[in-house]
Amino acid sequence: MGLLDFFRSPRQTSAAVARERLQILVSHERSERNKPSYLPMLQEDILAVIRKYVAVDPDAVTVTMEKQHNREILELNVVLPERTVKRRRSYART
Amino acid sequence: MARIIVVTSGKGGVGKTTTGAAFAMGLALRGNRTAVIDFDVGLRNLDLVMGCERRVVYDFVNVINGEAKLNQALIRDKRCQDLYVLPASQTRDKEALTKEGVGRILDELAESFDYIVCDSPAGIERGATMAMYYADDAVVVTNPEVSSVRDSDRMLGILASKSRRAEQDAEPIKEYLLLTRYSPQRVKVGEMLSVDDVQEILSLHLLGVIPESMAVLNASNRGVPVILDEESDAGQAYADVVARYLGEDLPHRFLEEQKKGLLSRLFRG
Repeated sequence: MGLLDFFRSPRQTSAAVARERLQILVSHERSERNKPSYLPMLQEDILAVIRKYVAVDPDAVTVTMEKQHNREILELNVVLPERTVKRRRSYART
Repeated sequence: MARIIVVTSGKGGVGKTTTGAAFAMGLALRGNRTAVIDFDVGLRNLDLVMGCERRVVYDFVNVINGEAKLNQALIRDKRCQDLYVLPASQTRDKEALTKEGVGRILDELAESFDYIVCDSPAGIERGATMAMYYADDAVVVTNPEVSSVRDSDRMLGILASKSRRAEQDAEPIKEYLLLTRYSPQRVKVGEMLSVDDVQEILSLHLLGVIPESMAVLNASNRGVPVILDEESDAGQAYADVVARYLGEDLPHRFLEEQKKGLLSRLFRG
């Protein structure tokens, strides 16, 4: 090992990179295939209900199903549009 | 009642047929009446690895279609009287395997055998799905390599959703991980996924680790299941795998680099 190597950040081994990539990929693919088949329809219905009251983007609603140990978590995420009213800035200084 | 074991992997070339041949021979050597079936219709190779390629007269598809009786197609192993091979058809296409036909043959085999080992083809098409459909246990053969691990995980998904046990809401197929072509030297220097890495990613029960070994090619060259090479690391590892499958609690071997003594260096290369 040269003197310069001492200052470089230690390089990850290729096996460590493989492990990380696989962990991410496998957990993603598992969650995809464990999705209940009604999820896209549920997402559409929820979006329709929300749009009756708030003008949100079609992609503002995401529904995900996660399994942790022996319970399932249905996660609903709605991004509301930002308010058009500008906030007043306070110029107060201390 | 026979136990049906599928040897599967998704990816090709990881050692399914080597494993199917060794595993079936191992079960039979312990006095279990065992049949091993090649599901790779169109690309049969189990007969070659088992060394009975010149004795094939009828095949699996002939029996399904009623063109031959099961006992005409079964080839009795010359080294072990409790082992029989049912070769795949080389000429038909894989659509010849029907769920009903395969089920009928397995039922008939179950009357007189203790274990039925189904050697699955690569991929996720008919041959592979038929090999796993009726399984009670699955040996998922995996190499410590990204594409093999990913494909194994994909097969786990299929085992859990498309098998008879899944469809009938019965107790799920028991899944076992068999890590093959393992090189402790490369793991040590960080060039290969370790057994712990693969086990953690797939979260499967580890049935065994087969080291990368010269013995495997030497055995298939000769048409001898590698488990019969009792001197070899791979042969011993497969013997351990069979013992573990049958319930023995054995420590895993060949996970560390084998230190070669001076004498073995001189005499065995």
